[in-house]
Amino acid sequence: MKQNSVSERLVNGLIKENPTFVLMLGMCPTLAVTTSAINGLGMGLTTMVVLALSNMFISMLRKIIPDKVRIPAFIVIIASFVTVVELLLKAFIPFLYSALGLYIPLIVVNCIILGRAEAYASKNGVILSLFDGVGMGLGFTCALTIIGAVRELIGAGELFGFMVMPESYVPCSIFVLAPGAFFVLAALTAIQNKVKIAGEKKGRDMSKIQSGCNSDCMNCGESGCSRRLIDETAQGRKEQEPAAAKGKPARREGGKEQ
Amino acid sequence: MSGLMKVSSNPHIRSKVTTSNIMLAVVIALLPAAGFGIYNFGLDALILILVTVASTVLTEFLFEKGMHKKVTIGDFSAVVTGLLLALNLPPKAPWWIGVIGGVFAILVVKMLFGGLGQNFMNPALGARCFLLISYTSIMCNFECDAYTGPTPLASLKAGESVNILDMVIGKTGGTIGETSMIAIVIGACLLILLGVIDLKIPGSYIITFTVFVILFGGHGFDLSYISAQLAGGGLMLGAFFMATDYVTRPVTKKGQYMYGVVLGLLTGIFRMFGPSAEGVSYAIILGNLLVPLIEKITMPKAFGKGGERA
Repeated sequence: MKQNSVSERLVNGLIKENPTFVLMLGMCPTLAVTTSAINGLGMGLTTMVVLALSNMFISMLRKIIPDKVRIPAFIVIIASFVTVVELLLKAFIPFLYSALGLYIPLIVVNCIILGRAEAYASKNGVILSLFDGVGMGLGFTCALTIIGAVRELIGAGELFGFMVMPESYVPCSIFVLAPGAFFVLAALTAIQNKVKIAGEKKGRDMSKIQSGCNSDCMNCGESGCSRRLIDETAQGRKEQEPAAAKGKPARREGGKEQ
Repeated sequence: MSGLMKVSSNPHIRSKVTTSNIMLAVVIALLPAAGFGIYNFGLDALILILVTVASTVLTEFLFEKGMHKKVTIGDFSAVVTGLLLALNLPPKAPWWIGVIGGVFAILVVKMLFGGLGQNFMNPALGARCFLLISYTSIMCNFECDAYTGPTPLASLKAGESVNILDMVIGKTGGTIGETSMIAIVIGACLLILLGVIDLKIPGSYIITFTVFVILFGGHGFDLSYISAQLAGGGLMLGAFFMATDYVTRPVTKKGQYMYGVVLGLLTGIFRMFGPSAEGVSYAIILGNLLVPLIEKITMPKAFGKGGERA
């Protein structure tokens, strides 16, 4: 599959960089609202709409927004869309609005949305950014729906509100309470990792968490990459030690300046 | 050269105390309480105990087989977990409660954290609290053929009087193993004589709890109220058999006293000010979580370390 194409973005968000199971972002809504499958689905779709629209608009405005104030600018854009979605939900799907409650306004500070704005939309074209948002949102929706379905099935014996377990089943109510969210998330992440490791052994490369990383940090423009930060601090420390021993002022010569 | 004796590498002296010996001693020490529970509550209790023990041992065996690890069911630790869990279940609980509890205790609390010696929480109590939250109505239903009223602690909480002699002997309602103070103390004495446990944790636990009851119980120094609080509920079982669990207690001497005091305070708070009559399980679990902190502040300094210029 071609790097940075529309279909690659969708698959990337769904599987390779699934925000919940791989990137472990947006844990607050993931743990809090997935008490049932329908709540998970609602939360996921709401986030997806905001994510896709904000990604698109940030990408459009990426050359106008000054670098120094980009985070406040992103938040203003995201918050506008969250307000729109919140009002729409309140008007047309009131049961979902009351079920999600406080977590709808909290989408503003969802780190998936801010993360994609910073890492992808502010550097790439409009169409690609839109599909990056849709892919990530789909991944988030799928993850939340699955977590919600498992919790609802074990904790209430239902699936999307329909009784599926036999009459004699006694629901294990800890699964719809807070601890159940941790149990299910951990178990599903473990299963997902197991499948991916099995896939890797067959020769399929699924390991790259940072998409498009070719380990060449010197010529890479990705400023938010965690790997680069680790490399730079390690290098800085190495150079400072001998300099301090000789009594010279420590001068930092990162790979970037050379 | 041929005159030299062959000397093997150390260790040269080996202790006869092994994990399986200790665990077997705990199982034997629990038998009086289990036996009294079966005598008190009948065949249902026996079946529940057997099912729970079988499920813990089987879970450990299957997990270790499935993960290609050394099978460690021979050290009896799974039996101890299963027995303790069963003694903490109400006698009329359906058999699948024992199975779910056993699987949760071994699989989630013990094995996922690395097996015996790695778990941060007592598996039996972790499973009991899991069941208590999941199946509250079943776990709090202590009615059986012999006893239909509330447990002594519940009546005590409601301000009714209780028969203390019955509570000491154990002829009251409650979980299978907690009712008889005498049977538990017999087992505990056996463990103390064998040197498996000592009185540091149970002693500081019970003394702290007694002081707490005198100060905040609302009855002052009322001997009958205090002894009812001590004999009722899971306090004795928890203090002697679960708080002293080797894996989840602090290793330092000072830390063990501190741990006992923390448990006594927590139990007192839960029983006196909490909504439910009993609080030993939650107190010990919370105490387990504090153990790393307790160990951190009580770890003795190595000779030459520390001092003014640390």
